[in-house]
Amino acid sequence: MHDSHKFKIPIGPQHPALKEPESFSVALKGEKILGVDIRLGYNHRGIEKACEERTFLQDVYLVERVCGICSHSHSTCFVQAVEEIAGLEIPSRAKYLRTLIAELERVHSHLLWLGVAGHEIGFDTLLMYTWRDREIVMDILAQFTGNRVNYGMNTIGGVRRDIDVSQVKDALKAVDTLQERTKYYIEIATSEVTIIKRLSGVGVLSYEDALRLDAVGPTARASGVKRDVRKDDPYAAYADVSFDVITDNHSDVYGRTVVRLKELLESFKIIRQVLENLPAGPIAIKAPRKIPAGEAISRYEAPRGEDVHFVKSNGGEKPERVKIRAPTLANVQAVKHMLKDRFLADMPIVIAAIDPCFSCTDRSIEISYLDDARKKEVLTWPELHAYSIDWHRKRGIDFSSLNKKLKEGFKTS
Amino acid sequence: MFKDLFYILVFPGFAFLSLFALAAEFYDRKLYARLQNRVGPPWFQPLADFIKLCAKEDVIPEAANQNIFKVMPVFVLASVVTASFYIPLWNNTALLSFNGDVIVVLYLLTIPTLGFFVGGWYSSSLFARLGSVRTITQLFTYEVPLFMGILASALLADTWSLSELVSFYSQHGWLWLCNFVGFAVCLLALLGKLEKTPFDIPEAETEIVAGSFTEYSGRLLAFLRLSTDIEMIVGSALLAAVFLPFSFNLGPGLGFILFISKVMFIVSLLSLARTVAARLRLDQMITFCWKILTPLALLQVFINLILKAKLIR
Amino acid sequence: MKPGRMIIEVMRSFFKKPVTIKYPAVAFEMPDKFRGKLKFYPEKCIGCKMCMRDCPTGAITINKIGDKQFEAEIDLGKCIYCAQCVDSCLKKALEATKDVELAQLDSRKLKVVFNASPKNTP
Repeated sequence: MHDSHKFKIPIGPQHPALKEPESFSVALKGEKILGVDIRLGYNHRGIEKACEERTFLQDVYLVERVCGICSHSHSTCFVQAVEEIAGLEIPSRAKYLRTLIAELERVHSHLLWLGVAGHEIGFDTLLMYTWRDREIVMDILAQFTGNRVNYGMNTIGGVRRDIDVSQVKDALKAVDTLQERTKYYIEIATSEVTIIKRLSGVGVLSYEDALRLDAVGPTARASGVKRDVRKDDPYAAYADVSFDVITDNHSDVYGRTVVRLKELLESFKIIRQVLENLPAGPIAIKAPRKIPAGEAISRYEAPRGEDVHFVKSNGGEKPERVKIRAPTLANVQAVKHMLKDRFLADMPIVIAAIDPCFSCTDRSIEISYLDDARKKEVLTWPELHAYSIDWHRKRGIDFSSLNKKLKEGFKTS
Repeated sequence: MFKDLFYILVFPGFAFLSLFALAAEFYDRKLYARLQNRVGPPWFQPLADFIKLCAKEDVIPEAANQNIFKVMPVFVLASVVTASFYIPLWNNTALLSFNGDVIVVLYLLTIPTLGFFVGGWYSSSLFARLGSVRTITQLFTYEVPLFMGILASALLADTWSLSELVSFYSQHGWLWLCNFVGFAVCLLALLGKLEKTPFDIPEAETEIVAGSFTEYSGRLLAFLRLSTDIEMIVGSALLAAVFLPFSFNLGPGLGFILFISKVMFIVSLLSLARTVAARLRLDQMITFCWKILTPLALLQVFINLILKAKLIR
Repeated sequence: MKPGRMIIEVMRSFFKKPVTIKYPAVAFEMPDKFRGKLKFYPEKCIGCKMCMRDCPTGAITINKIGDKQFEAEIDLGKCIYCAQCVDSCLKKALEATKDVELAQLDSRKLKVVFNASPKNTP
């Protein structure tokens, strides 16, 4: 192609490859990618602000809805931080149950990922099969917690639902089936020629780059970075169970697939240990409504990588600040690097390979204008506040008295 | 005059082909679903889709070349329907036949690909343009093995007419089995022509939305889809005539059933292929077609040359 | 590396029954611990309003309609079915049922009022 034949195509905000709105503006020369501009922020929901408006107990359900797939991850991470501030030591049965749900969630998330990856490379049969087998783990989760997606298992001071012996038996049987299926998928993914052709050598992220760009989770582990919060900084019952941290040296999408699939086997190992060694006792202790002043950072190994929650309390019923760092935010930087000099056809699978969850990631919106790329609009906190008051006034809701109080509050603070 | 119109519009022309194509699409989708352990669509789904699309508004992009954009679906449809007239159904003679019609059929089947290219290019959308470029790039890779595979078979029969080719193989018992390599090559090349997985690169939905068809909607899309379906059965019928040329003397009733089952057999093979493979990348497809398919097609040509020398002796 | 590794599995699936559950035609049983539409027992309610205080979305409202008589108004559009109110309730006046088929064309129908005299409750 002629050199002047460079053009930009918009992958997103609405595109079949992306399950959530996010914009990737790809500069192309023929089929080759010259550069990618990533814009986050289409899914900003103001979750952190909403957390400050609710009590700690209500926040558990709110952060659970940060992500549809790793809902247990976010709520556990948040609850752990709150428990640390309050100095609560939760019963060991609750710890084991949290670990159990966490690993079941990892199984369902990784199986879901395999299906999505299959779809991105045009292998719909893999999608149909993995999602069919994922139903098994969804059913166990529904049996244990009541629901398939937002489990509602966590509460401050423990877990909300206990499991009984008959469920354990069913679950162990289901885990056996799942293990058999996972072994089959490992065999397929490592020997089917079209899959290997599409995955190997694509989206390479070297060991150094993985460290430099702060990749987390399976993305980093596929580049040989042996980093797993479950091992490095054990929470819940992970200190009591034995498992291996899976790493791989392929550093590409193929490596990420292998890491995820082998992690499934490790998860089955953990689930078995937890189910067999489930300690007796209460599942929760009573938590105070008011959490004493203090702050805590909680780390959690979500299926997609390290999830970090920061919670600050001022001694009231509501947190003063909640900060959520979802794993996708750490990995999205690496995507840009991975896509360089690759083909357009690799784009969907490279993006999918970090298992992105954009709505979990978005924490702000930046408005930029099409006619002038340099002009950007960022609202500061007081501006945003004034805007919201104005917005409500236009709709007939007057906050002027409240506004006055707040303004005084600003002056004093 | 009326007879000709009947041939063109009803049988084996437009009406028959459309119904058969919709049935084949249903069969393909149902089989695909069953192989994936799903239920699949009900029998009227392709027809319902067609009617639904026809009832919808045609949206034509303002920047697109209106005439070319509108004409292309009709053009594509006409070429695939025409190609079907040269393919023998249940007897040795096709509706139209002359020496050299193999090549005509192959070229008529190339027109849809060109049509997709032109239609996509003039719809002036980035995704459609990328899709058209991919379509035309892909054309240069599968066309050569497809032509060589089919012509190798014609070489053995010493004729360039499909009808004569069929009657030659009918008289020579099991000789058609020697074309097995060519059959395999042509099946894979046909997958590329029909833009089905693993060669559905031009309409890879996760990459470029719908490729050339991105901007098409309403009736125009309905006819484009119908023509891809017809292309599928005409392509399959061509392969059935060239590579499965047995029992062309059973008469209209049985022969017709046999013809349908042969086409359906090839459609099943195509469905099976798209069930068990991932989509290749364009560069991988080029490598595959030129380094594996083309040498295999050449092998078939050599086999047939040797066989022919023996037969003549 | 072999092409078509899944072919045996795929062929086997062809002879299996589809796994798809034809949902509206075939009934679908929810698990035992399922958190569906809430049920309110007015005779047990003492009006402490702990459920209102803990509800993350403000979906539940307890109204006093008489002496020791309380009515619950639940906005099913707001409810996120976490069943925290069930846990918070000291007198077990609330219960999560297995009812999930709650879709409505009319948004007003999403507001469910549990009357003080259970007869009148839908």
